[in-house]
Amino acid sequence: MRHDHLIGAKQLSRADIESVLDRAAEFDADPTAFADAHPDALLALCFFEPSTRTKMSFETAIKRLGGDTVDMGTVESSSVKKGESLADTMRVVEGYADGIVLRHPSEGAARLAAEFVDVPVVNAGDGAGQHPSQTLLDLYTIRENAGLDDLTVGVMGDLKYGRTVHSLAGALTNFDARMHFISPESLRLPRNVRFDLHESGAVVKEHTDLDAVLEELDVLYVTRIQRERFPDESEYRAVAGEYRIDAETLADARDDLTVMHPLPRVDEIAPDIDDTDHARYFEQAHSGVPVRMALLDSML
Amino acid sequence: MTDTELRVSKIQDGTVIDHIPGGTALHVLAVLGIDGSGGEEVSIGMNVPSDRLGRKDIVKVEDRELSADEVDVLSLIAPQASINIIRGYEVSEKSRVSRPTEVVGVLSCPNVNCITTGDEPVDSVFDVLDDGVRCRYCDTIVRDDVASLIEST
Ligand SMILES: [Zn+2]
Repeated sequence: MRHDHLIGAKQLSRADIESVLDRAAEFDADPTAFADAHPDALLALCFFEPSTRTKMSFETAIKRLGGDTVDMGTVESSSVKKGESLADTMRVVEGYADGIVLRHPSEGAARLAAEFVDVPVVNAGDGAGQHPSQTLLDLYTIRENAGLDDLTVGVMGDLKYGRTVHSLAGALTNFDARMHFISPESLRLPRNVRFDLHESGAVVKEHTDLDAVLEELDVLYVTRIQRERFPDESEYRAVAGEYRIDAETLADARDDLTVMHPLPRVDEIAPDIDDTDHARYFEQAHSGVPVRMALLDSML
Repeated sequence: MTDTELRVSKIQDGTVIDHIPGGTALHVLAVLGIDGSGGEEVSIGMNVPSDRLGRKDIVKVEDRELSADEVDVLSLIAPQASINIIRGYEVSEKSRVSRPTEVVGVLSCPNVNCITTGDEPVDSVFDVLDDGVRCRYCDTIVRDDVASLIEST
């Protein structure tokens, strides 16, 4: 892969994705063997929203490659709180580091950042927009478990605001994948994502009920439905309850169904699934390090 | 001389925009940032019978020639409009609007969570689709009522 920045999944070709995943597999086999890959690289971590996993896995990845991080810290302790524009913050940070990992609550933040700096920018989540590095690790997990060809994927939960969903949907258009999107009507895929899927010619269906498609699925990708998306508690409970799965829900699923989740989960996947062969979400989370190593290796 | 010509022809220097969809002339003026406060002489004909459009609006503005950028944006809300630049009572240039591929700095993104709606040193950029516009930053697609996105000047 040769890109200056990673902003959204739409920019990724099949060849880009496969080269990152292939390289990730090398890192995965022996993560400690590459400490001289980027010995002087400094990666700026600019997280304007809280993050545990994504931030830690980028930090681990750059350190495994021999580099180090500079961390903006929390927004509360930074000049952003004093009203500095993102454009200014990015131009300052550019002088400190060889690459920038940016998470920001506003859609389009990473694209804007990329316009103002010459070092590579990785979008680690922009509001309800995109989260493409998550998608790469999602694809890694899918490839390991189900393969990326002749694939039937169900994506369930908050499809409207779920940035991991938007990126995954975009990236899957590169592969021979049938996509089923399962959500309450109020949280269906946003217009722009549906537009891009349609333009790509992808085979896409939308449902409000998992039962309609469960038996066909090779992969079920579950996301969290958040309380704040609903006007009141009772409506939230009624709707969210419909999109929770447990071992019993999966009784009709294929034996080799792969269940994934970008984590953190709350209760949308019951713990009784953890012990089944379906559960792949912890494996998915672990692949964040080798995949981000491969991504950084290709960009720095 | 027909009724319509009477309404639009008597202008010394300026612009006549014809074949605007009926009832949308005020949007056109908004696009151009004309609200009368600048003292320009503006005439508007609304819902005038038209062979081509059924009903059309006509706008004429004295002492104002449209720029290419303004014509581009006009095309989003009045794709069939024709533009006559008038100099010394004569039509000096006549053109139809054409659809641009992008619109910069004219529309504001309707997504309140878009980075461009904050205090950032960038112009809004919208890519023009067949039937709408799309924010290049946050990807929001607007199909209906693009005119409502026009930034107040
Ligand atoms: Zn926007």
